[in-house]
Amino acid sequence: MNEPTIVVDDLHVTYKVVVAGSSGAPGGSADRGGLRGRLSRARLRGMREVRALQGVSFVAYEGEAIGVVGRNGSGKSTLLRALAGLEAPSRGQVYADGRPALLGVNAALIPELSGERNVILGALAIGLRPKEVRERYDEIVAFADIGEFIDLPMRTYSSGMGARLRFAIASQTTQRVLLIDEALATGDSEFRERSEARITELRERAGTVFLVTHTLAEIERSCTRCLWIDEGELRMDGEVDAVLDAYRTETKSGRSGGMGRGGRLGRAGRLGRGKPRTTED
Amino acid sequence: MSSPAPLSPTSTDPLPDDLTGFAARHGLLPVGRRQPLGRYLRELWSHRQFVFELSRSRFVARNQQDRLGLFWNILRPAIQAAVYGVVFGLLFASSTRPHNWIAFITSGVFVWTFSSQIAGSGARAVTGNMGLVRALHFPRAALPISATLVELLAQIPVVGVLLVIVLLTGQEPSVYWLLVIPALLAQTLFNTGFSLFAARLTVHFRDFAQLLPFIMRLLFYLSGVFYTVNRFPEWVRPILLGNPFWCYIEMFREATIGRETSHMEGGHTVYGHLPPEHALDPKVWLVGGTVGVVACVAGLLFFWHAEERYGRE
Repeated sequence: MNEPTIVVDDLHVTYKVVVAGSSGAPGGSADRGGLRGRLSRARLRGMREVRALQGVSFVAYEGEAIGVVGRNGSGKSTLLRALAGLEAPSRGQVYADGRPALLGVNAALIPELSGERNVILGALAIGLRPKEVRERYDEIVAFADIGEFIDLPMRTYSSGMGARLRFAIASQTTQRVLLIDEALATGDSEFRERSEARITELRERAGTVFLVTHTLAEIERSCTRCLWIDEGELRMDGEVDAVLDAYRTETKSGRSGGMGRGGRLGRAGRLGRGKPRTTED
Repeated sequence: MSSPAPLSPTSTDPLPDDLTGFAARHGLLPVGRRQPLGRYLRELWSHRQFVFELSRSRFVARNQQDRLGLFWNILRPAIQAAVYGVVFGLLFASSTRPHNWIAFITSGVFVWTFSSQIAGSGARAVTGNMGLVRALHFPRAALPISATLVELLAQIPVVGVLLVIVLLTGQEPSVYWLLVIPALLAQTLFNTGFSLFAARLTVHFRDFAQLLPFIMRLLFYLSGVFYTVNRFPEWVRPILLGNPFWCYIEMFREATIGRETSHMEGGHTVYGHLPPEHALDPKVWLVGGTVGVVACVAGLLFFWHAEERYGRE
């Protein structure tokens, strides 16, 4: 049997946010990262709690590419940040093999330095030896395909170029788990093919890749498993086709009726550590 | 609308009952926990190439933006020294000025600048590099240490220019000038600790970076940049000795231009001057060296203690 690379045990992440204004409009300024107003009633000194993740559990195994879907603000990015250790669990724990590498959209490495310096420094930072960096430099630059721009400061890059370069560097990771948060969305079709090939490669090297994206076709092409995060909970976990079908059905059905809390009839029987849950809060 | 399709899970394997035990059995460790100190230091050491490259690249990039480039590293403290020289030259009667006034004040400002730069770059070492911290995993202490190295790279030519200025003011060069090297080393150790402290404090309290310039301003006036310790009552002197910034300035001066002395003669204080070969005060050098090592070690421990917090909000 394949070895596990990540174990997520009843993960809760709660943000404490400072509410702007005296009362703070629900779901308004208090939302960090577009979190959809899951505000607890606990208010202390203008602080409010946002429950970004509420009891997520799963195990990821080597050789898996796991797509993560969910609406904006459902907690997908928080989940990835928690897997990378960049978010402190308020309850539960994430266990991993090594330190998962997170690749996000806004991860400009060192904006004032050239692409070339960023490649070298990024590769050294993730633990490659100077010799390995020299050996892989050409490959990284070719993969990113940013041409003449390699000599210019990274702050001059378009979002697509920046994303390509970051992916090229981060996918050299020696870590077994790579977390990709929308980082491929800005690439063109040619880059998408290359990055999908790289994801397969990482997977085959007994690694695990997580892919957060709104492009469902991308998950269909490169993932072996899919998680559906909804309002901070793991709504569904399974085969790509099954999860995406259910997700598509619900997104099409509109948010008002079908997306309400009462719409989650199957939840109680879900394999969430075998604990039955009611749909009432 | 009919009831939604049953959302039965189809995960490949059912979840084990005891996830914690399951993780432990497979050698998985909690993420985001800081490593034990020994392993952390080893990992930091294995990232030394990263630290050097980062410092070098940052140093070059910083100097590329201005037309005069590298030259600004020397021009900046030189202009400062000129300003202080004029201001305090007017404020203080020439009889109260220490020996070789120009070299005295220039060395004060130049040596002070090395440490005061850290207040800015060290404090921003983590908070100003969030892109890097979030995207890649490496021991975060690499960042404040690198910030110190960038300033050291800038300081080396500054010390060269400083020695030339001291020479031009008529000071005889001597073998004691070599002591500038251990003095710079001790200051670098101290600055590393300072940088690590400032970096962590800024992560906890963003406002600390706002406050720091005022603290530095106060320290500037307490560091003997433009006066000598002899001009104060006897009881003030041990307090200055406890100020590492003063120590590093004093070390440089003792090695290059010498030290002012004072003694009472018929109810008056009479000031004298000792050349470098007689000026070395073991107390100053001992305190400077010890404080440097202690600050560096304490800074590293202090910074490591919050390692898991960097990159989080």
